[in-house]
Amino acid sequence: MRPSLRSFLVAALLLPTLAYSQVTPEVHGNFSADGQYYNDDPDIGAVPPPQQFGANAWGNVIFSMGNFQAGLRLESYEPALLGYPAGQPYKGTGIGYRFISYKLADLEVTAGNFYEQFGQGLILRSYEERYLGVDNAMDGVRVKYKPVQGVYLKGVIGRQRLGFDDGAKKGEGLVRGMDAEVSISELDSAWTRSWNLIVGGSFVSKYQASQTQIVTLPNDSSYSLILPENVGAWSGRINFTSPHWNLYSEYAYKINDPNSKNNYIYKAGQGLLVNATYSTKGLGVSVGAHSYDNMFFQSQRNAPTPFDLNINYLVPLTKQHTYNLPATLYPYATQPNGEVSYQAEVFYKFKKGSFLGGKYGTKIALNGCTAMGLDSTAIDLSTDSTRTGYRSSLFAADMSMEGKYFTDLNVELRKRISEHWELALSYLYLEYDIDVIQGKPGKPLVYADIVILEGLHSFNDRTSLRFELQHLNTKQDQGNWATAVAELTFSPHWFLAAQDQYNYVTFSDSFLQDGKTPVAPQRLHYPIGSVGYIRGGNRFQVNYGRQRAGIFCVGGVCRQVPAANGLTVSITSTF
Amino acid sequence: MRTLLLAIALVPALSIAQSRLPSVTLQTMDGKKVDTKTWSNGGNPMIINFWATWCAPCKRELTAISEKYAAWQKETGVKLIAVSIDDARSMARVAPYVNGQDWDYEFVLDPNGDLKRALNVNNIPHTFLVNGKGEIVYQHNNYEPGDENELYQKVKEAAGK
Repeated sequence: MRPSLRSFLVAALLLPTLAYSQVTPEVHGNFSADGQYYNDDPDIGAVPPPQQFGANAWGNVIFSMGNFQAGLRLESYEPALLGYPAGQPYKGTGIGYRFISYKLADLEVTAGNFYEQFGQGLILRSYEERYLGVDNAMDGVRVKYKPVQGVYLKGVIGRQRLGFDDGAKKGEGLVRGMDAEVSISELDSAWTRSWNLIVGGSFVSKYQASQTQIVTLPNDSSYSLILPENVGAWSGRINFTSPHWNLYSEYAYKINDPNSKNNYIYKAGQGLLVNATYSTKGLGVSVGAHSYDNMFFQSQRNAPTPFDLNINYLVPLTKQHTYNLPATLYPYATQPNGEVSYQAEVFYKFKKGSFLGGKYGTKIALNGCTAMGLDSTAIDLSTDSTRTGYRSSLFAADMSMEGKYFTDLNVELRKRISEHWELALSYLYLEYDIDVIQGKPGKPLVYADIVILEGLHSFNDRTSLRFELQHLNTKQDQGNWATAVAELTFSPHWFLAAQDQYNYVTFSDSFLQDGKTPVAPQRLHYPIGSVGYIRGGNRFQVNYGRQRAGIFCVGGVCRQVPAANGLTVSITSTF
Repeated sequence: MRTLLLAIALVPALSIAQSRLPSVTLQTMDGKKVDTKTWSNGGNPMIINFWATWCAPCKRELTAISEKYAAWQKETGVKLIAVSIDDARSMARVAPYVNGQDWDYEFVLDPNGDLKRALNVNNIPHTFLVNGKGEIVYQHNNYEPGDENELYQKVKEAAGK
């Protein structure tokens, strides 16, 4: 252990005992590990790594005492699981995250690593999605201050995590930001109205030293760019709430930010999102719209991948599905360079005793979402000395076929039919631009219909069986899929599950791959079995079988997971 | 590492495991800030349940409890606070979703995962039970149909019933 770190730990653990000996100090944390032994399985294209084995492990420890906290996370990738993480490689064992923080009345200070978000994150959100391998934690200082009730100020400065090699590594770009939020109803202690209005604003700036960047023009001449070292962005937001209504809008503007993701153009970036919900007991309605234009905002101009060093977070409007086929075959991911998207959703419960509700009530969920490219007019880079690249307007969508990125229309009915049976039936219609979303050039748009039946049967208070039957029908990409899942649970400790996914492509003898070349369909099964044991905050799970190559998404960020065959052991524990 | 262990050994009366709720600022459904330290239920037990609109077992758990919640409350005075870890993407869906389900819990949003990290939650659903003195007396990860019965056993113990 490095001496500086050792002193940090000793200081973290011992200092507060002197000043706050009346408060019981606490050490708590969690542990989680996933290990996988890989088999060779050429039929599904699963290639084991040379080590035959992969293991990801994380151990968090938080020490807290009164208003003082210190924490650290050890991470180990020996080596990382196949396809993990989403961005720059993780390898070795070391410290991935450490911080100390202190709260004094209305002031809170954190030094070291932290996760933070301004508004919905259009210009700043550092976060961690461990199972995806997305972690853009800041390393620096954060100060939060509440000068009066209802006014919240935040300031952050630091550099972001980039990969892991026996410890977290950092990108070279520096990120500075501040945020202010005012909540009207909290300002006035005598406020009696049922509505509230919250307004907020942020400013974020990144710094990266200039470097030589040569670009080649369409006419084959090349020249060196003068790159801005400081790039600023600001945003404003407003939120109105009342017992039934919630209206939210956020706008962001980013000055010229030539980078590798936007082909080093000097156009400003913009984003606007609007969301409205109405709800009352038994009914919920939500509508939303947004448009993003040139909004990649990474703390390094040449960040190695779109998953690394993101300063902001661009919310996708699409529904995050929970069933395996829609969740992992064709999920949508935000297109930061330009997108227009709309969404609407209704939840309704037919009451017990009504005609459609029956004895136990019936729940229905309707959802629709679409995402399109932004309509833009290119500006010839060889004649345009300002190098703005293209002209566009927010919400002016590209209505042509090329501009169609994604459509998802889905309905779910859920009903308890007797004391021991509950059923849910779902239908989804998808249109999916696999070329744009998954970066598979030349592949045609995928049209898919999915039907899912889920059933839950309880034998008694402790034992129940849950099953899912899913079917996806499409003439594009990999053709048809069927999935069956059965899960037997013995509360509160054990479960057994078995799943098979069958890519039977089509029932006929040939399949038009991508609508062009006829190929003989390969019919593949992906069986997998699991057993799990849970006790309090501890959970153990063992899986054996084939995993389909797919896309694993959390919160709208997706990573490709390669096909694998083998034994997986997972442990999570909280103490 | 030896220094770390030594330091831990030296700290007097150190408690291993979280005994109380940490102080973390979360959002209520009407956009206000709330400090978890101020949570109390007048000496009765409280269930803190971590869930999200995209988590199927979480929704099964909250649905199962909702059918018994009125009886639980009547018998033990228990209150369930459902902490949604939906992030910027799906937090706007929380209000319409929970109303559409006709659930009667108290709801808060933890879009930045602050309370989730402070309570060392790995994955959801994850449930904590806090007794009338504010001590965490039980926790459970995962949900299987029937788990609510064990939880209610613990609630009754915590309420002294």
